[in-house]
Amino acid sequence: MTVTVTAAGPLPPRTYDVVIVGAGVVGCALARELARHPRLSVALVEAQDDVGQGISKANTAILHTGFDAAPGTLEARLVREGYDRLGAYAAESGIPVERVGALLVAWDEEQLAALPRLTGKAERNGYHETRLLNPGELYAREPHLGPGALGALHVPGESIICPWTTTLAYATQAVRAGVHLHLNTQVTQVSWETDGHRLLTSRGPLLARRLVNAAGLHADIVDRLLGHEDFTVTPRRGQLLVYDKLARPLVRHILLPVPTALGKGVLVAPTVYGNVLLGPTAEDLDDKRATGSTADGLAGLRDKGRRILPALLDEEVTAVYAGLRAATGQEDYRIAAHPEHGYVTVGGIRSTGLTASMAIAAHVTGLLAGTGLDLGPGREPEPVTMPNLGEAFPRPYQRPELMAADPEYGTLVCHCERVSRGEIRDALATTIPPRTLEGLRRRTRARAGRCQGFYCGAAVRELFERGRA
Amino acid sequence: MTTSRSVDVLVVGAGPAGLAAAARLAAAGAGRVEVLEREQQAGGVPRHCAHGGFGTWTRPLTGPRYARLLTEAAERAGAVLRTGTTVLDWAGTGPDPAGGPACPGPAGPGARPVLTAVGPGGPETIEARAVVLATGARERPRTARLVPGTRPDGVYTTGELQQAVHLFGQDIGARAVVVGAEDVSYAAAATVRAAGAEVVALVTEHPRAQTGRARARSVRLCHGVPLLTDSTVAELLGRGRLSGVRVRHRDGRTAVLSCDTVVFTGDFVPDHELARRGGLTLDPGTRGPAVDGALHTSRPGVFAAGNVLHAVERAGTAAGEGAGAAGAVLDFLAGTRWPAPGLPLAVEAPLRWIAPNRITPAVPPARYVLRTSTPLTRPVLRIHQNGRLLHSERPSLGTVLPNRPLTLTARWTGGVDPEGGGVRVSLA
Ligand SMILES: Cc1cc2nc3c(=O)[nH]c(=O)nc-3n(C[C@H](O)[C@H](O)[C@H](O)COP(=O)(O)OP(=O)(O)OC[C@H]3O[C@@H](n4cnc5c(N)ncnc54)[C@H](O)[C@@H]3O)c2cc1C
Repeated sequence: MTVTVTAAGPLPPRTYDVVIVGAGVVGCALARELARHPRLSVALVEAQDDVGQGISKANTAILHTGFDAAPGTLEARLVREGYDRLGAYAAESGIPVERVGALLVAWDEEQLAALPRLTGKAERNGYHETRLLNPGELYAREPHLGPGALGALHVPGESIICPWTTTLAYATQAVRAGVHLHLNTQVTQVSWETDGHRLLTSRGPLLARRLVNAAGLHADIVDRLLGHEDFTVTPRRGQLLVYDKLARPLVRHILLPVPTALGKGVLVAPTVYGNVLLGPTAEDLDDKRATGSTADGLAGLRDKGRRILPALLDEEVTAVYAGLRAATGQEDYRIAAHPEHGYVTVGGIRSTGLTASMAIAAHVTGLLAGTGLDLGPGREPEPVTMPNLGEAFPRPYQRPELMAADPEYGTLVCHCERVSRGEIRDALATTIPPRTLEGLRRRTRARAGRCQGFYCGAAVRELFERGRA
Repeated sequence: MTTSRSVDVLVVGAGPAGLAAAARLAAAGAGRVEVLEREQQAGGVPRHCAHGGFGTWTRPLTGPRYARLLTEAAERAGAVLRTGTTVLDWAGTGPDPAGGPACPGPAGPGARPVLTAVGPGGPETIEARAVVLATGARERPRTARLVPGTRPDGVYTTGELQQAVHLFGQDIGARAVVVGAEDVSYAAAATVRAAGAEVVALVTEHPRAQTGRARARSVRLCHGVPLLTDSTVAELLGRGRLSGVRVRHRDGRTAVLSCDTVVFTGDFVPDHELARRGGLTLDPGTRGPAVDGALHTSRPGVFAAGNVLHAVERAGTAAGEGAGAAGAVLDFLAGTRWPAPGLPLAVEAPLRWIAPNRITPAVPPARYVLRTSTPLTRPVLRIHQNGRLLHSERPSLGTVLPNRPLTLTARWTGGVDPEGGGVRVSLA
């Protein structure tokens, strides 16, 4: 099968059966799901220069059990299903997942009183493994927790995952199975002409029999292009601090606050890369590009973090980032089919979209069939094996057999993250190669470590520029 | 297959400290002395400091030249330099599952340190009679300094900038703001100019530059580079590529400087990963391993030297420490017992740290190095133990600035009561 990934020039003059707008984790999961039906011609179009550049790249990277979803919602169902699906997929394709479990820590009597209610909610969501811990049990599990916690709810299934590898695995599999990926392609206009969509994009026109809007933060804008005014996406900014790998022994679980009306609150969690995450803030904004961090935001996080894990504050900060969640003012996803227009909106995929991605993809595929799209026969796609970025699994520099076969895996370039020249070379030769140093970082972790390039920045850039030339 | 070897002395890091230690050890017949360096070339940070300021007054050198001389000296003395080899960890150790510091491993006291390393030839474990950690220091990047804003390209530390320009000839943009006004900041500004770009301004939170007045004046007047004092970079702006930085003056006023590059200079921190992974006691002030005057760490057989002990001193100081550590390594190899941890040596504000920072009856250091957080005019340093004044000294007749070396003699160290409490250094 020839692989089609484009980033410039005119788009193919054909009519695709399905065009998916937005190559975030949801769009990529859907592309992968549709790729299981070889008779369909599918295109995935993305405004930015890489997959997973929107909400998908800057989240808290948790694989949720869905224990605290609003029972009975579509979100609750798809998160529960997605948890199992993505868990199995990760194991098979080498996406790092660590089943660390979560602790909802109660810091006052009111929060303590709320824990049994959360157990009840978890039960209604079909999750039966929660358990209440008294302070002794809690501190035995988390010896570095700040003083004064009154108890906790243990949710053993909550896990941490690598969001970039997930998105990339979906996209890679989709593209290898024949889906066309068109990057740098922003959809600016859509018109419906009896049996198909005519899209105007920054790279010219594109034709589609069915259209799926998985445009994340911009899903409302794309919806309006089609004349629907069902919802408005409010960007809710979440700023996060990533602490040094040397802080990793300080925390063993995802430490969650007891949820309040104001949202999920600030957590402390390990990452699969071996760092510790503190965040996110929750700020409703109106600028969908406001992914900057602020002095107030970071100071507020540090105040909260000091209470949860005081020793964390003495560690170095490795990275600071901010993501935007797609809030719609509703406690559920906004997934809707418009059969008369051959159109499905996948909007309002809030902070659970990573977990739910595969289940959303299956659900939306069903909706597409409901619009009269003939999916044709199905088959399992070729499995993918992703490079491992997780600390819990052997990285290339820890695999003697790899280094024996190819010394480039023993030649470390990025020292903080222990990324070898072999991995950088490989990333540049993948199905969906990085187009920027940032893209390379998400695929290899090169330059993502504590020195942020003091040692390796210039050398990594050299390899990148030479490898792409 | 993991290969296992044993050597007499293993030096980690081929910067000035490690190379000087290795040269002296090899010359003194310490047996097999091996230096492991993760970069492809030995020499450490001076490799990319393409400016003068190294060597001695009588023999001034550029950084690369200095790096080459040290490398050649170590090789000539018989030390084995292995570049492209990263020391990963201590064998048999690892972070304590309870989250405490790593423990010295199953072997117990008296056992030789064993390190794991990796290079193109694959993994190896190396047992050594003695280890010298000389892993150096790095500048805190923008993230660690918590500078808010967007995340555009064009954000550097001096280390990355110098490598980009001097080792790889990369384009670094057209207009750069340099954050900091200490020696390294002026070196960064020179590198920006060497790359054909313009320095928009130097920005420092301090009331004046922390370099010689002549240097500061020449950059300002001859090159027309303004120095913004009492100011911080409060926000980075721009998407894709940096478009400017917002600076905030102490009085609250802000302004945007338009630029496509920003260099965060100074604010050094020891590269102490191996020290921590090995469970070595760190000094809270320096954040490097705590060491006594002969550079013994808290772990038998393990010494440390150079900027991993204190960020950041000049290369000559680091090299001097390397040579000093070599002396103590030789004594240890000859059978001298590992000293007890000794008494802590601490500083009081506005002093920030002191190194070495433990006092044992073993040899005193050649001298102590310290830092202040505020300018000190004709400071008098006083050393107390249990309220008893041991010594006082005026180390400088001029003004000592933050981020500039301040040294203290060690001649009072013998007067410390080994049974007494901790020793404190304060200002008169
Ligand atoms: C931009 C800049 C300008 C400077 N200008 C001057 C100047 O003009 N004059 C002056 O005297 N000084 C200057 N200095 C300071 C001088 O460079 C340092 O004092 C000196 O390099 C310190 O030597 P070191 O051996 O302690 O550390 P480094 O030179 O940093 O060497 C440490 C070495 O250890 C290696 N290493 C670390 N961890 C491992 C591991 N796990 N495995 C293997 N290898 C490892 C590193 O790769 C590095 O090569 C400057 C520094 C900078 C950053």
